[in-house]
Amino acid sequence: MGSSTETASNNSALIPESNRGRPRKARGPKPDRGKKGLWDSVKQQKYLYFMSIPFVIWVFVFSYLPLWGWTMAFQNYKPAKSFTDQKWVGLDNFIELFQDERFYLVLRNTLAMSLMGIVFGFVVPIFFAILLNELRGMLFKRFVQTISYLPHFVSWVVVAGLVTKMLSIDGGIVNDVLVALHIVDEPIQFMAKGSWFWYIVTASDIWKETGWNTIIYLAAITGIDQEQYEASRVDGASRWRQMWHITLPGIRSTIAILFIMAIGHLVSNGFEKQFLLGNSLVTDYSEVLDLYALNYGINLGRFSYGTAIGIFNSLVSILLLFTANGIFKKLTKESIM
Amino acid sequence: MTNKAFNATRSEKLFDLFNYILMALIVVLTLYPFLNVLAISLNNSTDTVRGGIYIWPRQFTLENYKTIFQYDGLLQGLQISILRTLVGTVLGLICASMLAFTLSRVEFRARKFISTFLALTMYFSGGMVPVFILMRDLHLLGSFWVYIFPGLISAFNVFVIRSFMDGLPYALQESAKLDGANDFTIYWRIILPLCKPVLATIALFLAVGQWNAWFDTYLYNGGASQWTTLQYELMKILQSTQQGGSSMTNSNDMAKQMAQISPESIKMAITITVTLPILMVYPFLQKYFVGGMTLGAVKS
Repeated sequence: MGSSTETASNNSALIPESNRGRPRKARGPKPDRGKKGLWDSVKQQKYLYFMSIPFVIWVFVFSYLPLWGWTMAFQNYKPAKSFTDQKWVGLDNFIELFQDERFYLVLRNTLAMSLMGIVFGFVVPIFFAILLNELRGMLFKRFVQTISYLPHFVSWVVVAGLVTKMLSIDGGIVNDVLVALHIVDEPIQFMAKGSWFWYIVTASDIWKETGWNTIIYLAAITGIDQEQYEASRVDGASRWRQMWHITLPGIRSTIAILFIMAIGHLVSNGFEKQFLLGNSLVTDYSEVLDLYALNYGINLGRFSYGTAIGIFNSLVSILLLFTANGIFKKLTKESIM
Repeated sequence: MTNKAFNATRSEKLFDLFNYILMALIVVLTLYPFLNVLAISLNNSTDTVRGGIYIWPRQFTLENYKTIFQYDGLLQGLQISILRTLVGTVLGLICASMLAFTLSRVEFRARKFISTFLALTMYFSGGMVPVFILMRDLHLLGSFWVYIFPGLISAFNVFVIRSFMDGLPYALQESAKLDGANDFTIYWRIILPLCKPVLATIALFLAVGQWNAWFDTYLYNGGASQWTTLQYELMKILQSTQQGGSSMTNSNDMAKQMAQISPESIKMAITITVTLPILMVYPFLQKYFVGGMTLGAVKS
């Protein structure tokens, strides 16, 4: 990677602006603030303003304006009325939410699938990247990589269709293999059993995204100083030891950052797969917070209640993000904030 | 691992063997579902019911594909999917690169503010219901533009493009300035042509996102049948025939028709139709998106 990794290092898009402490490479004129008035500089940079202001407004409308909608959670929102005519109800929607038994079931499902997703969806790509890096034949390595990216590019609709097909009782390969090996006597109706649902979602997720998630780790592995491997080989370290003592520590900071990001999305960890893989037989295991908000908030037209669910979702995410960030800051001196 | 003088011991040979077998297994696990679906889609639909089709069709036929393309809903879904992918990708590229260009200019006064303003959107969202209300208030429900407008600016894409622009030599811009070019001309005539690798990456991300999206159709355009996409049609068909059914109460016309007469083979033919366009492009763009992901995320 050489110089391009160097450039990338302090401009990482995953690292927020405030954290990019190091000065950018000296190039171009230094901004001479103070010498000229604000108006002069605006006039001078008018094209830059023309080229950015519309997008700032755009981002404001589509990303910031919905936050205003959070007020709905404290109202008894009626679509036909204007903002000033809405009836304010305080925390009623939240109280109702916390008294709903279904909510705790849904929260359990969300946390269960998110945690399983983090544990496996996080560990598997790291090991896959390390093992992939150990392949000697470059052609084979590239082939495996290309194939492993493939599922990332198809939609969850397609993946859900494939998973349903593979697990079906007539002609599904999984049941065929299990029966042929005499592990089970008759085919299992995987998709109709709630107790299987979490595992099916997690496994599908691993199948779809593992290859894609290895890209960053492989890039990080490329950045490890080769001399370390040579030195360890002189000292007689085996391949396992090299992986454990050089490769893994070498990508530690990448792992930490991606882990914190993953924690941040713990609660809002998607609902597409649950929506598409679920059916009415397994709904007690498949319904997650976002689906709950969709079913109650939008499909039943209870916008205030749906918003309250969304706010709860966001607050828990933020709380987890800060907690995880705090812990990691202590442990690894890495931080994303 | 490129040391040729490397002296492989027995345990390391064993490790290599194990590793190769594991990787081969992963390749098989990844490919099998696709090959299986392809084989079924190319097999006679009445014969498919007998089961036992793995990666090779037993009674080869193109009938299933002929059948699905006779449905108006599918053809129209295909048109909308292609249209949203093209429009979404082109507009997304122009907007993201234009904003990224202004952010790559160190002397731009509003740079810091805009960067922060944009970066914050990566960490929060209003949530499903407020966004739905916003779309309704903007009169985007039941329109094509609901596919394009909300995702026009993505902070991640803008930052990836900016990182790339930061690496370009500043002297190019300076000499253009001396020749009297304004900032827009510099962006359009000088910077943009140099950004082809990163633009290819972002184009792929945008195109994949647009092509694969189905939830916005479900949420905003479920009732507007002239704007439904291919993914949405596939979703309706798969869900309506699924065991136990689903919450799709108003799955109208086409889905019902297909559910009644659609044997396995026809469903699989639609799945392949939805999947094929993406599968044909991604291997060629691989070197770009690997670079793009790295540019966006590695901290060494």
